[in-house]
Amino acid sequence: MTVRIELNGEPVATEAATLADLLEEKGYNGAVVATALNGAFLPKGLRAATPLSEGDAVEVVAPMQGG
Amino acid sequence: MAFYGFEPSSRLFLGTAQYPSPAVLGRAIRASGVEVVTVSLRRESGAARAGQGFWELIRSLGVRVLPNTAGCHSVREAVTTAEMAREVFETDWIKLEVIGEDDTLQPDVFGLVEAARILTDSGFKVFPYTTEDLVVAERLLQAGCEVLMPWGAPIGSGRGLNNVFALRALRAHFPGVPLVVDAGIGLPSHAAAAMELGYDAVLLNTAVARAGDPAKMAAAFAQAVAAGRAAREADPMEPRDMAEPSTPVIGRAMLGDA
Repeated sequence: MTVRIELNGEPVATEAATLADLLEEKGYNGAVVATALNGAFLPKGLRAATPLSEGDAVEVVAPMQGG
Repeated sequence: MAFYGFEPSSRLFLGTAQYPSPAVLGRAIRASGVEVVTVSLRRESGAARAGQGFWELIRSLGVRVLPNTAGCHSVREAVTTAEMAREVFETDWIKLEVIGEDDTLQPDVFGLVEAARILTDSGFKVFPYTTEDLVVAERLLQAGCEVLMPWGAPIGSGRGLNNVFALRALRAHFPGVPLVVDAGIGLPSHAAAAMELGYDAVLLNTAVARAGDPAKMAAAFAQAVAAGRAAREADPMEPRDMAEPSTPVIGRAMLGDA
């Protein structure tokens, strides 16, 4: 089933059933990233058990230069 | 002076942003001998995976990272960012920024205290980016912070220590609290001045990253911080209003009319 979500602010359609599947589908496998779902932190260990629903907002962040 | 139990050999903390290239960043960190660097989190693209190379570089340098919540304007954003940073960087250290005003990047001290309480309650070791306000400092300590990081001047401005009087008062008021001047430092002399005031460390980024030769400037800052610290330990003289001859007067030959 296809759901429409937002990934880092961009609308995407995905077949992924869970957040873990989404990361796999979008090329993040093996990457050091953290995730948030609808504005709340979603720990790594919960990604596989977190289903995606229509309209979900997913943020995927990684280390970046900072001051 | 330890920062949450960690005693760095260098009292210079360095930001990792705005360098001309990753190689120059690496050279600046090595040249300065810093042990603590600040890092951040940004959206990662699954195609570009830009953050992965940066993280490999930082890890190869063997430094301790202090993740920030730069750009966060609300308590919720800052707390969520801190939680993500803890997982990614595998540290409970967080440089907490809650920005209240975009022209000065001045901390929203009300949100800062609220976020600091939430984060210390969930086990974070919070390094709050704050103003030099004494009452806010007291509230941050009550919220569980064990380090304070007042600004010298607005972030990236390079103006040095805008309010020496208040920074000195903060130092005198909290003699046992590790204090770090964070932001606004432009020159090694500014950093030395902060250390001479008795601050425990200095955190800066732009002054090194935007220098013509970042590695050389990073080394200059390391020397200035060490010199300022040594001067503080050596207990400087009190300034006087009038001149006092440094050469002894007794035994001076009488050669003139006087």
